[in-house]
Amino acid sequence: MNDLPSFIISTLQATVRAGTPLLFAVLGTILTERSGVMNLGLEGIMLIGAIGGFVASYNTSSLLAAVLVAMLGGAILGLVHAFFTVTLKINQIVSGLAITMLGAGISGLWGRDYIGVIAKRFTPVRLPFLSELPYAGQIFFSHDFLVYVSYLVVPAMWFVIYKTKFGMTLRAVGESPDAADARGINVFAIRYVYTVIGASVTAIGGAYLSLAYNSMWIENMTAGRGWIAIALVLFATWDPLKALLGAYLFGGITALGLRLQAIGTHISPDFLKMLPYLLTIVVLFFTSTDNLKRKVGAPASLGTPYSREDRT
Amino acid sequence: MKIRVEKRLEIPKYAGILVPVISVFAALLIMGVILLIFFIGRHGTLAAAFGKTVEAYQEMLSWPFTNRYGLASTFMRMVPLAFVALGLSFAYKMKIWNIGGEGQLYMGAMASTWGAIFLFKDITSPFLMILLLSICGAIAGALWALIPALMKAYAKTDEIVVTLMLNYVAIFWVDYLVYGPWKDPRGYGFPGTAPFPEQAKLPTFFDGEFHLGIFTAITLALILFYVYKKTSWGFNSRIVGDNASAARYSGISVRNYTIIALVVSGAIAGLGGATQMMGVQHRLQHGFSPGYGYTAIIVAWLGKLNPLAIVLVSFLFGGLLVGNDQLQMFYKLPMALISVFQGLVLFCLLGGEALFKYRLRIDREELLDNE
Repeated sequence: MNDLPSFIISTLQATVRAGTPLLFAVLGTILTERSGVMNLGLEGIMLIGAIGGFVASYNTSSLLAAVLVAMLGGAILGLVHAFFTVTLKINQIVSGLAITMLGAGISGLWGRDYIGVIAKRFTPVRLPFLSELPYAGQIFFSHDFLVYVSYLVVPAMWFVIYKTKFGMTLRAVGESPDAADARGINVFAIRYVYTVIGASVTAIGGAYLSLAYNSMWIENMTAGRGWIAIALVLFATWDPLKALLGAYLFGGITALGLRLQAIGTHISPDFLKMLPYLLTIVVLFFTSTDNLKRKVGAPASLGTPYSREDRT
Repeated sequence: MKIRVEKRLEIPKYAGILVPVISVFAALLIMGVILLIFFIGRHGTLAAAFGKTVEAYQEMLSWPFTNRYGLASTFMRMVPLAFVALGLSFAYKMKIWNIGGEGQLYMGAMASTWGAIFLFKDITSPFLMILLLSICGAIAGALWALIPALMKAYAKTDEIVVTLMLNYVAIFWVDYLVYGPWKDPRGYGFPGTAPFPEQAKLPTFFDGEFHLGIFTAITLALILFYVYKKTSWGFNSRIVGDNASAARYSGISVRNYTIIALVVSGAIAGLGGATQMMGVQHRLQHGFSPGYGYTAIIVAWLGKLNPLAIVLVSFLFGGLLVGNDQLQMFYKLPMALISVFQGLVLFCLLGGEALFKYRLRIDREELLDNE
């Protein structure tokens, strides 16, 4: 380690890169869970996003098409989840597990003939003026297009959730579906819409992996990021601004592990690879119900299907 | 005449068997459609794709269940599935979602390897050796499950993500060992430990096509069947799962039940890991499990948490894993196909159960009333 400042800056830059797939997954899931639907299928949705985006990019060489196909793939899985949990009212946990398996399986099948091929990928675009800033320029403004999109989505989502009528409706459905229904809000429709939108945003996180982070398709390339994102939703207390913090925290630990491997330390790479998973467990422990006394910000109806017949 | 959908007051008994059976067939059918689409992409025409799909299905379903070698592989793969699924059922009875079977299996395998090639390497009695290694495996699985158990019991930490994260940690830990300190010096750089000594291998039957593990799995299933049906544990754990506060009022310690459920669950999976090492692998290797811990989740669900049904379903899924291997070899299809099937079965099962809660009712008088 001959040059500490440049090591820190390049690690922080890698932090943003590693945090971005998580950020999209967390943001999408915040939307879904705000409506009261728990979705544990992130891993599968991200994998579908990764392969969908990659295949589209390979065949059309259009990155816009790639992102749209990824979102469509995520939306379809979201629709399946919504059908089973909102309409059929089955256990949301088990439906999420099934989505994970289906997503992992279909992406593996679909990607079978795309292993080792190269597709058009997102390349870094240095933003004029901003990238000239000392330190921050390199850390935040020398990335690819999707990273900049994520910078915009965070405040936009915060604004929509807390400051608009759409957001109020969304929160009402998640907090008190009975009351929302009585006010004439179609609880079922809202839950469908946000489960589908949430899944398609989550899928962008997967596409980021195959189109920018790794720039290729690898079977099961999400490597548990979907589950880490689930923990991050709790960490963020369903707030998009805190999601940014959480995603970069995990991006940071991943980036640090990789950087330490690259410069060669005595620590085994297997231990460095464990870090994000161990950190997830620690985060879950400190955000668990008894430690916070109550789940701050958790939508009250999260995980409970809404049924008009069972209204009290 | 008017057709109405209404809630059934009670779900008919036959649904318990009918729904899982129909689910398996429905899932096979839907997977066939997915395969067909995949083959159209690969071969171009519908006719060619259809032929390939039928051919692949024949291969997948006949080799593991009718061919002598296929059947032997099916029994071999059935054992770890049965162990982990039986273990999971112990936690699922209480609605504790242990999805860390994979990690608990790895830790059990790791501990039995430690015993076989380091700790007990001087023990010559096969009986004592196998007993000790089994205990090592069970303890390691139990300790691995103790982490989420304590977190859930004392801080109400959600066990789903914790157990899953521990799978990754366990796999990296085993990787560290087999690429590093435990690597066989005579293994030509291959990531695996030295082989187990002869006395640490399970006895085999029928020309080595079966090992003792299948009988221990069946015995375990019988014991669990008795525990679930006839003991106070079985009864109380169901109450804890259905209604924790009711359990608390009747004097059951929900905390202790939670810890015991997860720890026993992990111990059984760990025992499965030890059995897999002693019966089949005979050395710890990188990635020795093709996701047994995840497939076991489906096995447990499809068996409706009934230990005897779980053994049967693990035979079926052992066969599907073998069939999937065949497809991988001859049709260049990925292992992921089994995940597609698992996801589909789970959806069909849950969807079928949800639909069975309702029934169609045809009212004929309705018309007259309206007039």
